[in-house]
Amino acid sequence: MSPPSPQPAPRGSLPDLFLRDLRAAFPESAVLTRHEDLIPYGFDGTAALRQLPGAVVFPRDAAGVAAVLRLARTHRVPVVSRGSGTGLSGGSVPVPGCVVLCLGDMNRILELDTRNLTLLAEPGVITQRIYDTADGAGLFYPPDPGSMKISTIGGNVSENAGGLRGLKYGVTRNYVMGLEVVLADGSTVWLGNKCVKDVAGYNLRDLFIGSEGTLGIITKVLLRLLPKPAARQTLLATYASMDAAAETVSAIIAEKIIPCTLEFLDQRTLRCVEAYAKVGLPTEAEALLLIETDGHPAAVADEADRIEQICRAQSALAVRRAASADEATRLATARRSAFSALARLRPTTILEDATVPRSELAKMIRFINETAARHQVEVATFGHFGDGNLHPTFLTDERNQAEMHRVEAAMKEIFDYALSLGGTLTGEHGVGLAKKAFLPRQLGDPTLELLRSIKRTLDPDGLLNPGKIFD
Amino acid sequence: MSSATHSSTPDATGNLLRNLDYSVLQQCMHCGMCLPTCPTYVETGRERHSPRGRIALMRAIADGELEVNADFGDEMYYCLGCLACTTACPAGVDYPNLFETARAEIERRGVLDTPKRRGVRWFALRLVFTRPRLLRALGRLLWLWQASGLQGLSRRIGLTRLLPGQLADLEPQTPRIQRHFSDALIAPIERPSGPARHRVAVLTGCVQDLAFSDVNRATVDVLVANGCEVVTPRAQACCGSLHAHNGDVATARELARRQIDAIDPDSVDAIISNAGGCGSHLRHYDHLLADDPVYAARAATWSRKLRDIHEWLAEIGFRKPAAPASASATEPQRLTYHESCHLCHGQKVSRQPREILRTLPGVELRECAEATWCCGSAGIYNITQPETAGWLQQRKVGHVQATGATLVATANPGCHLQLENGLKRATPAGAPVPSVVHPIVLLAQAYAAEAKATDPSSR
Repeated sequence: MSPPSPQPAPRGSLPDLFLRDLRAAFPESAVLTRHEDLIPYGFDGTAALRQLPGAVVFPRDAAGVAAVLRLARTHRVPVVSRGSGTGLSGGSVPVPGCVVLCLGDMNRILELDTRNLTLLAEPGVITQRIYDTADGAGLFYPPDPGSMKISTIGGNVSENAGGLRGLKYGVTRNYVMGLEVVLADGSTVWLGNKCVKDVAGYNLRDLFIGSEGTLGIITKVLLRLLPKPAARQTLLATYASMDAAAETVSAIIAEKIIPCTLEFLDQRTLRCVEAYAKVGLPTEAEALLLIETDGHPAAVADEADRIEQICRAQSALAVRRAASADEATRLATARRSAFSALARLRPTTILEDATVPRSELAKMIRFINETAARHQVEVATFGHFGDGNLHPTFLTDERNQAEMHRVEAAMKEIFDYALSLGGTLTGEHGVGLAKKAFLPRQLGDPTLELLRSIKRTLDPDGLLNPGKIFD
Repeated sequence: MSSATHSSTPDATGNLLRNLDYSVLQQCMHCGMCLPTCPTYVETGRERHSPRGRIALMRAIADGELEVNADFGDEMYYCLGCLACTTACPAGVDYPNLFETARAEIERRGVLDTPKRRGVRWFALRLVFTRPRLLRALGRLLWLWQASGLQGLSRRIGLTRLLPGQLADLEPQTPRIQRHFSDALIAPIERPSGPARHRVAVLTGCVQDLAFSDVNRATVDVLVANGCEVVTPRAQACCGSLHAHNGDVATARELARRQIDAIDPDSVDAIISNAGGCGSHLRHYDHLLADDPVYAARAATWSRKLRDIHEWLAEIGFRKPAAPASASATEPQRLTYHESCHLCHGQKVSRQPREILRTLPGVELRECAEATWCCGSAGIYNITQPETAGWLQQRKVGHVQATGATLVATANPGCHLQLENGLKRATPAGAPVPSVVHPIVLLAQAYAAEAKATDPSSR
């Protein structure tokens, strides 16, 4: 996380000829250049990162995207792609003098293939709409990032977004069967198809998933769908200590149960979420687990019983079951609001994404709390306990320089410790700008150099989201 | 980022956004949760038309990176002020405060000023809506125009088409003025037949009083039926909501003081509002008069006691109307509920009106899609932004029609008129137009039907 710069971000300027060509190629409403129009594109969902773009352009199809990339190449203008701007690592925060390529107007679902269980969408389709469309046909699109009501599928693929169901169903990557990508030179390629098995050539599709807009612009996404689980059951378990909650998670996994969701909230998060969502969360508890099992009704009933027994055996204060599908949805929605709800407490909310192997969870949690205390900073922690993906969230004020330094010091220690446990800097938010400085430590020089050589090959002019992930 | 440098020192030019507590702006962490709930963002897909985009513009002004100009002014008047974003916002951003401050700054700087706009604002905000007797006199004239048949005649012979463009479009939307206003229908004090369990004051509003005095009558009826002694001060003034939403905070404060003078909050258990838009503003008198040495304490009591009628009835455990013996045989009437933005988003009263509607005998409540979406009325938005208002009106009417409802309940005069006009236009000739009605009118009718069934002396 870079500290806030002391001066107003300079207004990015673009070559006049580039703007002239851009205006000639697109309708007036698709090119924004006025100060008032640009300011709201100077940030995404990441705290304390701001940079004005030089222009924002809204293509309607792959040909339009290719036109932007060709113009950018001619005039040497950096291109930062963007969906709904809900990213949490600064992936779609503009770079100086760039054009923001916003894919929000490319928002059609092109095909729902119920015979092959696939869905073909443009990148600007909102994730929730994909879920709803599948749901309407008795199908299921599992990845459910916290921002799914507003994030775009193109953004999800570019960041390889995770979500609450990662434990059992995996992440966005596991549901991408094919991609249409416009490359830096303006050419268009298709990677993948509807075949479950396909070993023809390198698997380049996976290269673009999670590439954060640095290798090409995704213009179509072919997604894999599953049959909708026939039953679901949500349970809430409360604990007097975080350790007991962490032990419960290990015990559930050791019992060879893989719930679809195994979420954790600490007391601070719990209270903020309840203040917003008012779903009756027990705010006196130190820790809460939100557990969901889904599948065949008999299996769900059996798993729910066993999970409840394990929770009680691990000294849960109380275990409660959601009475209806509605209540389960309300609880999951409340959990999804955790990050934003934490903003109630302090002016600046910095969300981290350190992830460790599940077996190391209790250790990591303890370390986070000790570190926060040692640096006198406020941290609230929630996250996807089942897959080891934690969201320690720093509650601070970007105007307080001294406190921001302490936050950075604590953050660095947390990253280092996560790596020492065999973890990763980021489980699902991406590196972007926010974690760039820490990446060399995790990857090491040879791996980083491999990444760089791929970037040079696909983007020789270094115009696609430059300065993101690595320099 | 310049935020570190300015916020604590007051701005010498008096810029209201710069003088605002900076943490109110910082509260928005631009997560984007508001985007799908914002009608203007959904309409255009452009960030500046979104809540977080507008807050970013305000913050840029507070940071000295952007001037208050006509563009910003247009943007803040493109915002419906529907407050759907506040329901969606997990971070608890005080958008009403930001919105009203921004509009007040726009008016202070006069960036949208034209002689015509100035004239209209003076006439509406300063003249008509600050003088209750003048407003009622105008209402009486309008009633005469309608009741005498002159309105119908001038429509038939095409006289209304001679009005200048926008006025001609608006003319058919003129509300139908009631023959009797609230003071003629409601005694200054009305008491229940048994002992009174509560003492409440009823706010009769201004537009509500002219166009929907029957709603006020019904409000008093249901309160009395539920053991409340009801005080209704005469010739009440506008609550100032119109002024606060349109950047005239000084007048809004003056009107708030007058309300508090008219109703001593210490003398009643609750102050009852039955119009969503007014209630939302009335609840915030504490904030509006916080710096007023004379009124601050009473304003705080006022805000604590202010209740929407549905909220109050739910709170005191209202009596469910009994079904008249004859009703069971007939097919239930299908009803849907449109939530006034300032009732559900502004006041967070969403469950209680439905509780009331569900108790009505012979009525089946069927939810419509996007019940919490703005209908486009939004105060005077349908006058200032007819295109977006029309788009929202059609969207709303479509959802209402999809339920097959013959009755649409809503609890705000603006929504009422907007829905009525939209439904009239969208219903094919010859087909019955669904009727729009306030939930409390339905409850009052149900009580009345009950009384008739049990009292042999009445017809």
